[in-house]
Amino acid sequence: MATGDEQQDPRIAGISSAIRVIPNFPKPGIMFQDITTMLLDTKAFKDTIDLFVERYRDKNISVVAGVEARGFIFGPPIALAIGAKFVPMRKPNKLPGEVISEEYSLEYGTDKMEMHVGAVEAGERALVIDDLIATGGTLCAAVKLLERVGVNVVECACVIELLGLKGRERLGDRPLFVLVNAT
Amino acid sequence: MFAAENGLKGDPRLQGISEAIRVVPHFPKPGIMFQDITTLLLDHKAFKDTVDIFVDRYRDMDISVVAGVEARGFMFGPAIALAIGAKFVPLRKPRKLPGKVISEAYELEYGTDCLEMHVGAVERGERAIVIDDLVATGGTLSAAIRLLERSEAEVVECACVIGLREVKGQCRLNGKPLYILVEPRQIENCC
Repeated sequence: MATGDEQQDPRIAGISSAIRVIPNFPKPGIMFQDITTMLLDTKAFKDTIDLFVERYRDKNISVVAGVEARGFIFGPPIALAIGAKFVPMRKPNKLPGEVISEEYSLEYGTDKMEMHVGAVEAGERALVIDDLIATGGTLCAAVKLLERVGVNVVECACVIELLGLKGRERLGDRPLFVLVNAT
Repeated sequence: MFAAENGLKGDPRLQGISEAIRVVPHFPKPGIMFQDITTLLLDHKAFKDTVDIFVDRYRDMDISVVAGVEARGFMFGPAIALAIGAKFVPLRKPRKLPGKVISEAYELEYGTDCLEMHVGAVERGERAIVIDDLVATGGTLSAAIRLLERSEAEVVECACVIGLREVKGQCRLNGKPLYILVEPRQIENCC
């Protein structure tokens, strides 16, 4: 976590234990961090949102960008609570109207992320939210889309950081805040 | 049923919500006037009003499950769930949910698709609502209802921001009540 030297907030333990690990999904060798069980735990889900809201409410954030699809679960409640707009960052061909795209690499091949033209304005302060950061490819693409139109990405925020995949490195000097570490 | 005919007649919030929705012509294909809610999400007041209207309706109805249909149901469902103290259950396209799932097929204009829910997400007897941004033919919502009923939950109502022509006049879907905030915007009176 970004604040590793502070005492862990007591709510973190409940959030961490509400996350379910599914072995060998989507393929052998991957230990999938499943947040859906946390969404069934009303206290853990509320605590998750509260921790992000407490961190960002007085930081003049006007944009919360959420990465499809699990970023759509966490981003809107945060946006609503801090008075920001919610901007969905989507897979290709989902957003109607004019979009800008950013390509990013996958383990094999590439994918694309899209954002609506006009959703954000230059100079706005933004957060990027997803449930988890692994290699950082998706988050990085989202950050680049926002930076291309002159938005200041204040921080990336995830529930879980998968350690050992250099996600934090891929984000460079852009701040990353996570609640739970996993290996 | 439409909110305006069911206790919210003249509520100024409904007009703000309607006006925040953008119509994109010929998406995803020619002839379709796509009702784009992303502009609603950019309007903090309209977005908050949308969630508040649903929360006010459901908070005292003993709802313990809010099921949201991927992906735009994810944008509305969680905030409602959090406010009413219910769990949020994502209903997803095939192979997205890890672990054990149940699946329900439904018809598209051409072909079929499938909606999945985690085994064990809901318990027998739980009272649930289903959320999506828009109801058109009701195919997706019907599949959602069946998934919840197969898990022996009671679907109390389906709730959508927008209801298309086909459902106007129908208060029920699969025998379940349908609650809709606004009708689709027409291109003539838009922006």
